[in-house]
Amino acid sequence: MSAIILLIVIGIIVAGGFLIAFVWAVRSGQYDDDYSPSVRMLFENKEAKAAEDTKKSEPATKDNPDSKTLTKN
Amino acid sequence: MAAQPCIHCGADCGKNPVIWDEKPFCCHGCKTVYQILNEKEMGEYYQIQPMPGIRVTTESSDNKFAFLDNEELKEQLLDFTDGNTSKVKFFVPSIHCASCIWLLEHLDTLNPAISYSTVNFPRKEVYITFRNDQISLRQLAEMLSAIHYIPEITLDQLDKKGSGKTDRNLLIKIGIAAFSFLNIMMYSFPEYLPGSDLLEQEFKNMFGWLSFVLILPVVFYSASDYFLTAYKGLKHKIISIDIPITLGIMALFFQSSYVVFSGHGIGYMDSLAGLVFFLLIGKWYQGKTYEALSFERDYKSYFPVAITRLIAGVEEIIPIKELREGDLILVRNQELVPADARLAKGKGNIDYAFVTGESVPVPKQKDDFIYAGGRQVGSSIELQVVKEVEQSYLTQLWNQKETATVNHSLDNHINKISQYFTIIVLIIAFAAFGFWLTKSLETAVYVFTSVLIIACPCALALTIPFTFGNTMRVFGRKGFYIKKSEVIEQLHKTTTIVFDKTGTLTLSRQMSVEFQGEPLTDEELLKVRSMVRHSSHPLSAALYSQLKSQEVIEPTNYEEIPGMGITGLFRKDRVNVGSKQFVTGSGEADDSKESRVYVSLAGEQRGYFSIKNVYREGLEKVISDLGNSYDLHLLSGDNDAENDRLQQIFGPEAILRFNQSPSDKKTYVEKLKKSGKNVLMIGDGLNDAGALASSDTGISIADDVFSFSPACDAILEADKFAQLNSFIRFTGTSFRVVRASFVISFLYNIVGLSFAVMAVLSPLVAAILMPVSSVSVVVFATLSTRWLASKQLK
Repeated sequence: MSAIILLIVIGIIVAGGFLIAFVWAVRSGQYDDDYSPSVRMLFENKEAKAAEDTKKSEPATKDNPDSKTLTKN
Repeated sequence: MAAQPCIHCGADCGKNPVIWDEKPFCCHGCKTVYQILNEKEMGEYYQIQPMPGIRVTTESSDNKFAFLDNEELKEQLLDFTDGNTSKVKFFVPSIHCASCIWLLEHLDTLNPAISYSTVNFPRKEVYITFRNDQISLRQLAEMLSAIHYIPEITLDQLDKKGSGKTDRNLLIKIGIAAFSFLNIMMYSFPEYLPGSDLLEQEFKNMFGWLSFVLILPVVFYSASDYFLTAYKGLKHKIISIDIPITLGIMALFFQSSYVVFSGHGIGYMDSLAGLVFFLLIGKWYQGKTYEALSFERDYKSYFPVAITRLIAGVEEIIPIKELREGDLILVRNQELVPADARLAKGKGNIDYAFVTGESVPVPKQKDDFIYAGGRQVGSSIELQVVKEVEQSYLTQLWNQKETATVNHSLDNHINKISQYFTIIVLIIAFAAFGFWLTKSLETAVYVFTSVLIIACPCALALTIPFTFGNTMRVFGRKGFYIKKSEVIEQLHKTTTIVFDKTGTLTLSRQMSVEFQGEPLTDEELLKVRSMVRHSSHPLSAALYSQLKSQEVIEPTNYEEIPGMGITGLFRKDRVNVGSKQFVTGSGEADDSKESRVYVSLAGEQRGYFSIKNVYREGLEKVISDLGNSYDLHLLSGDNDAENDRLQQIFGPEAILRFNQSPSDKKTYVEKLKKSGKNVLMIGDGLNDAGALASSDTGISIADDVFSFSPACDAILEADKFAQLNSFIRFTGTSFRVVRASFVISFLYNIVGLSFAVMAVLSPLVAAILMPVSSVSVVVFATLSTRWLASKQLK
């Protein structure tokens, strides 16, 4: 029966983790704009290509938290 | 060459496109933007979405953003600054497509002083971080203007910052309710299975206590808004839907807590968490609004942030709040007059398009009085301020905020139903309590709480958010934007419709032209057309677009005299086009009721073009359809030149009033309301603002919904005017859907209550009945609204 207790504890921790992630996502404004990121994602790939040629966009992407995560992908 | 679209903005290039880089452009403005982008190798802008550019028709003066050099204003505008780096948020109404996002997020390529920029598309805002030692705020705004993304900076934005926090809180509340709901459901599940009696007591206790802990944030945080509004309603002696909801939540919570504390399981904890979760989802669905649209505009949204003040001939830029009576101000071409003033120097030519909807400028002489809100067209003028901004005639009118509208949201259909509902439920609960009291106290209390629990009007409370929420969405897709869902109910109750004329029934930028006098030959017409081509006056533009000919010949010695007319030479023939005074030389002013443009060719008076407003397409059908079910009124600020024609359209019973001032309109609407009518006001300009605010529902008509519409309850896209009638009618359909959903949820309640009064409402029955009733009502409301909309709204 102690297996049930273990499972319940794990269940709470996992679910709680997701709850915290959700609250963080809302607080950091990720739900404020549900359109631009979908478009933005498509730009970055092209820009990465351009960056190899011109190196122009190098400093810009460094400062931008959004594009940083996206270029890494 | 066949007509081809401009590479930049997609507008028709006409016969003489501007060619650059072998590509056609409609105007030099578009070409310049293309050049800028091309230079920086940003051609991708044109690949993401073809022809994404914005055509700018009005040339703004070089000093438009000069006020951004003012330290005080700069400080108010910047979100953050540490001396080197600054952050700013600009509202750019012209953001409209993926290419816009791309360009605005690559501003760093245009100017390396910009660190990065991010776009919020629904809000049409761009957040820019820049090095302010390399680029000033003014230069930044001018750079955006150069690529035709003109930031709109108004007093309004300076006053309030950072909205949208409540929306985030609601999401968090939903998240917490969902978390607790799903976990408690897991703990409740064993009880619903056969053989649950075999579950050991320690597990029953543990599940109970875990549920109790998880339910606390749901009741005291997620559901807190319901308690608050119920309390507020009670204070105003209004029984709103929130009262039975609060009763239900309380009953569920205390009953279940009692079960947990006495060690008998976990009670109705799962139903409680589910209930709150569903209610919040409904709230979220209903609360979706059009973020980039502003329904709360007052004069602050229109007025410039700063103005040039002249002190002993020295120009100084000050915020308009600091403007005092007697100050001398300088108003340049295309700038707005911020306060009631008297013309001190220069030729005034004031366009009151924002105020009245009439775009033909009015000439003003020295010492003439000019109301705030007019826009100067032509050369700069100097004005003596007569009244401060807050005291000006129109600002005062807009500032009279309505007190009567406050109670609108409480005096609605659902609250009336919930009054009866609450009373009936309480009667049943007490009756059942009395009946069972003869048997045992414990059962009586159990039955009492059971009735309150099962009668909790979750389905009832979800009906309106989902029906009206869907109606709002459907309307939004068709070009009719509603401020909040209560407006649908108000629209449905409408008995009387009041129209404004100029700009509402007529098109503001299109006119019909007719020549009166000795007919002109083709060659003469060509000369007139070639002349007006050079003038930016709206009447000239109307003439130019109406006189169709293939070519133009350039006049020599062309000159434009603001407020008077234009003159030029064709070989030796002088051609004058303009006002009666200017062309005929007669001293008497033009006292005709229509707009006239007089023409003289080679010293010979030839007559005049009479220029009339054009009524919106489909006007007659809309009016005659509406006339069948509503009383129609028309309030026009204009003279009665069009009385006969309008009476014919509106029918003999309609009341038409002309020469109405903004406050006349407002009092007229108030009088109608006092006589018990439910008034829908449809207007466009700021002169309708007072009437729109005092009406039960105010709809403003806008060519561009993102800019320039007075405070109102709904905004209708101008080219959707023909569908006005079907929109209003559809609110009736929404109401029928609401009634049908009410019937469904009452049926569920009858079933549930019969369980409750018989004292057999088990947690299992509640756990099944409550979500099923909510979900089925939501599905019914959503699907039927959408289906009916696809049939009734074309």
